[in-house]
Amino acid sequence: MINKLEADSLKIGKETLKSRLFIGTGKFSNNKKMPEIIHAGNASVVTVALRRVDQKSTEENILDNIPKDVILMPNTSGARTAKEAIRIAHLAKAMGCGDWIKIEVISDNRYLLPDNQETLLATEALVKEGFTVLPYISPELMTAKRLEDAGAAAVMPFAAPIGSNRGLRTKELVQILIDEIDVPIIVDAGIGRPSEAAECMEMGAAAVLVNTAVATAGNPLKMAEAFSLAVAAGRTAFLAGTGRVLSAGASASSPLTGFLRKEEA
Amino acid sequence: MPAKSYLEEKQQYNGLDFADFFKKVTDDDILRVLVKDKITRMDFLKLLSPIAQKHLEEMAQRSRRDTIRNFGYTMQLFTPMYIADYCDNFCVYCGFNHNNNINRRCLTMDEIAKEAENIAQTGLKNILVLTGESIKYSPVDYILEAVKVLRKYFDSVSIEVYSFSQEDYVRAVEAGVDGMTMFQECYNKDIYRTLHPGGPKANYEYRLDAPERACKAGLRNVNVGALLGLNEWREEAFFTGVHADYLQHKYKDVEIAVSTPRMRPCSAGYAPRSIVEDIDLVQYITALRIFLPRAGLTLSTRERPQMRDHLVKMGITKISGGVTVAAGGHTKGDDDGQFEISDPRSVAQMAQMLYAEGYQPVYKDWQTLI
Repeated sequence: MINKLEADSLKIGKETLKSRLFIGTGKFSNNKKMPEIIHAGNASVVTVALRRVDQKSTEENILDNIPKDVILMPNTSGARTAKEAIRIAHLAKAMGCGDWIKIEVISDNRYLLPDNQETLLATEALVKEGFTVLPYISPELMTAKRLEDAGAAAVMPFAAPIGSNRGLRTKELVQILIDEIDVPIIVDAGIGRPSEAAECMEMGAAAVLVNTAVATAGNPLKMAEAFSLAVAAGRTAFLAGTGRVLSAGASASSPLTGFLRKEEA
Repeated sequence: MPAKSYLEEKQQYNGLDFADFFKKVTDDDILRVLVKDKITRMDFLKLLSPIAQKHLEEMAQRSRRDTIRNFGYTMQLFTPMYIADYCDNFCVYCGFNHNNNINRRCLTMDEIAKEAENIAQTGLKNILVLTGESIKYSPVDYILEAVKVLRKYFDSVSIEVYSFSQEDYVRAVEAGVDGMTMFQECYNKDIYRTLHPGGPKANYEYRLDAPERACKAGLRNVNVGALLGLNEWREEAFFTGVHADYLQHKYKDVEIAVSTPRMRPCSAGYAPRSIVEDIDLVQYITALRIFLPRAGLTLSTRERPQMRDHLVKMGITKISGGVTVAAGGHTKGDDDGQFEISDPRSVAQMAQMLYAEGYQPVYKDWQTLI
């Protein structure tokens, strides 16, 4: 019998992931705490803003604090256009960061909402170059469809604006992406609590990415662990098939389709 | 229709009587503002009112929360590098005033490289270049040539110099400049005129429009500010915040930041017209954060160490270290600076303080893509 976990494992690009939790690194109080936190959360993928990577620094190179047993996913934070995102992806590759890239193109500094059009352009170009591309988007079906067609390895819609910890505000739209898009949907940004991560997973999201919720927790280590448990619980619930929840509205006292059976008789 | 310029935008407040507005603000008003998610410009002004000081702890708590949510437990480090202090202006409060008898310097490209080498050893990967305003000694070409040299040592270069034309800001972007800082110094036009009696800086409108020209030219970061002490601070604080809000709304792709410099003694010997107490500065910084949760807030060594150590916990996102405010100061030491600094700590000492306060010091936050 195949191990159930293996059977359910998430595959992105050429990689089979050991868990469905991704962790962001931009907001922690000390980069040296990262390995412990990543392990506490059993994260499979860790994203790092290339803008912050300082390879010349002996003490402050964040890459030195990313464990070898996770997948490194550099991101293009700071890019305002597709051109800048592509340039950053090239720099990441030149630095030896592998071929995964999270496309983040943001030209709105008030809410940090992604620019879907530029993100699509960058994705198209980088997929052609052989990158494993995970674009971060405002949840919108047509954009997600075009990204899928362009060869994105996954699509990452936000739950709420980055850093807002407001939870799954885009639930309806994310559900549509989960239902209609064939590549994995990874909910990224805005998730404030483990219960919200569990909810995303119950809905059928392939994985979730968190940063602020863990980094700003009273005890980041415990919170990483909590997210790990929540993601696993939500996934198991999804696989189990959640119970039928009837929507509001009374059912008619006599069956509406009873006449069909009468006719049969 | 959005306003064409901040000058136009600002006109809607021409009739605003600050004293009268503040008189009407109540404790309830402040409490109502503090529970709102997103506050308006007039809410911001309420938070700047004298009565809001009674609620300073709540403001500080909210400011800290908003800052951590948006920026995490991280703090950007930077240092200024003065490369020339010749100046054609007559700003009455500034050590570089044309009439001041100081030893003027204008660094050669070799001297700039030497300074850069010394600063780079601290681990900083970004640099802020400053000059006085001198057509003869520090023209745009000289500054851009210096930028070329500095890019060999730093991943990102910003400038805090005189107002450029939009074409010159475009040239700066092409030369690899990522950011600019431009203090209006004083948003009150009448007082501005008395403080800037001569030289190109006497043109209030041209300076007021400089940050917007920089946004249009494609700079990534634009930092505004008023020099506190030149006018009643609450009015200046309001117009600074509204300036940042105006730019942030209109130029969404530009990261807008605000500095809150308080006047320091300098060789010009000018006494501040209005005294800004510590409690006022805390009120200003926390009100700004609540009003503009995503704006960078920069803190200089005009503040003393104890004050800076407290302020990093309630709103600040960027702080300087290893500071000298004299041209060539990173090689030759600090004399004849623009003003007296209050915090002499090195970059390493600042990093140490940040770690102790639970913050990750950020030495590099961008890499020029040109």
